[in-house]
Amino acid sequence: MTMPTTDVDVIDALVGISPGSSLDAIRARRPEARAHAQATYQALFAPKEPGGVTAQERFAVGGFVAGLHGATAIASYYAARLAESGASAALQEAVGAAIAEARTSGPYGAYPPGPLSREDTAGVRYRVGASIRRTLGSRLAAALEHTHMLVFHPRDAAPPALQALLDAGWSTTDIVTLSQIVAFLSFQIRVVSGLRTLAGHP
Amino acid sequence: MSETVLVPPEHTVPTAFTRAPLDWLPWLEPLAVDAMTERHLASLVDAARVKSPYFRLLARDPDALEARTRTDKDIFYNPDAGLPRAERELAAAATSRFNGCLYCASVHARHAATYSKREADVQRLLDAGVTADLGERWNAIVAASVALTATPSVFGPEHVDRLRRAGLDDLAIADVIHAAAFFNWANRLMLSLGEPATTTAP
Repeated sequence: MTMPTTDVDVIDALVGISPGSSLDAIRARRPEARAHAQATYQALFAPKEPGGVTAQERFAVGGFVAGLHGATAIASYYAARLAESGASAALQEAVGAAIAEARTSGPYGAYPPGPLSREDTAGVRYRVGASIRRTLGSRLAAALEHTHMLVFHPRDAAPPALQALLDAGWSTTDIVTLSQIVAFLSFQIRVVSGLRTLAGHP
Repeated sequence: MSETVLVPPEHTVPTAFTRAPLDWLPWLEPLAVDAMTERHLASLVDAARVKSPYFRLLARDPDALEARTRTDKDIFYNPDAGLPRAERELAAAATSRFNGCLYCASVHARHAATYSKREADVQRLLDAGVTADLGERWNAIVAASVALTATPSVFGPEHVDRLRRAGLDDLAIADVIHAAAFFNWANRLMLSLGEPATTTAP
């Protein structure tokens, strides 16, 4: 298993922040946030102890999250890391195909019945298509289905979704790591998108 | 045999956004206090968090938790210029309102009200949602947070312009981006690993 390590700040690289630029100066004013966003990336994508989640699973989920956000450059970054991790061409293609069949827009979902029910918004509950599932296997397919909910309709989360992951072979600790990967990328992608917009609009 | 989810004890489910403190009940087993290693305990950053089932659950991936927490603290607590604390909390509350995280919204609406002394405006955000009229500067911060929170993000140069017209410099705008982005991380963990409960009277 290959867990590529990198000293390059991933957010700086994805935004295109060069030393001495105005955004470099802005990020330097929040040095702990900058350092620990990178440390989170390292913890989730180049962990000191891989635990129960493989590098291929981490990068497949990463590419899927970025693809669902329509964040093309970031999705390409994670797709490249997936390829480096030794994923087969079939697996790489299956992640791309899952993105294509799963894309929608959010947030949507339902609230507990009551006054907020008037804000309930319908949307798809993604199930991986049969041919993609054959390539991904049931464990990674379950992860992508859960990831889709976290990305687009997190307020629909409920215990059966977690039980589906447990039944597909994810341990409780694996689910914490998976959830952190999806949630952290939901942050990283927005920081990159927001800072790129700011940099492009002086 | 796979693990099973937790069944929370009988509780009252909150059905409206509130500034009142809420409990949070996990759907997956947190680490037991006496089973936590030095590394697990250090990952909490604040020792008092050992009382929190949420942080003891996330401590199953200690490197990710510690980096998450240090990122969070710098985005919200760093006092060096930029966006005032009250408005960083406003961005967090607006993001949580839009994603539908009652627990996160309760905490950060409370902080926004405390630091701004604008309880009525904060309550309007909770009651009426992210289109509530809170005055132009707060409206601009809420609109930018919501645009960045949509998946895919619809944050654009028009949001940067509006924030600048409202008096924010680029460091403050970067703070809005980071605060909203961070709550896209936090909301997804809080919403998907457990549920809020109305606090029982002491």
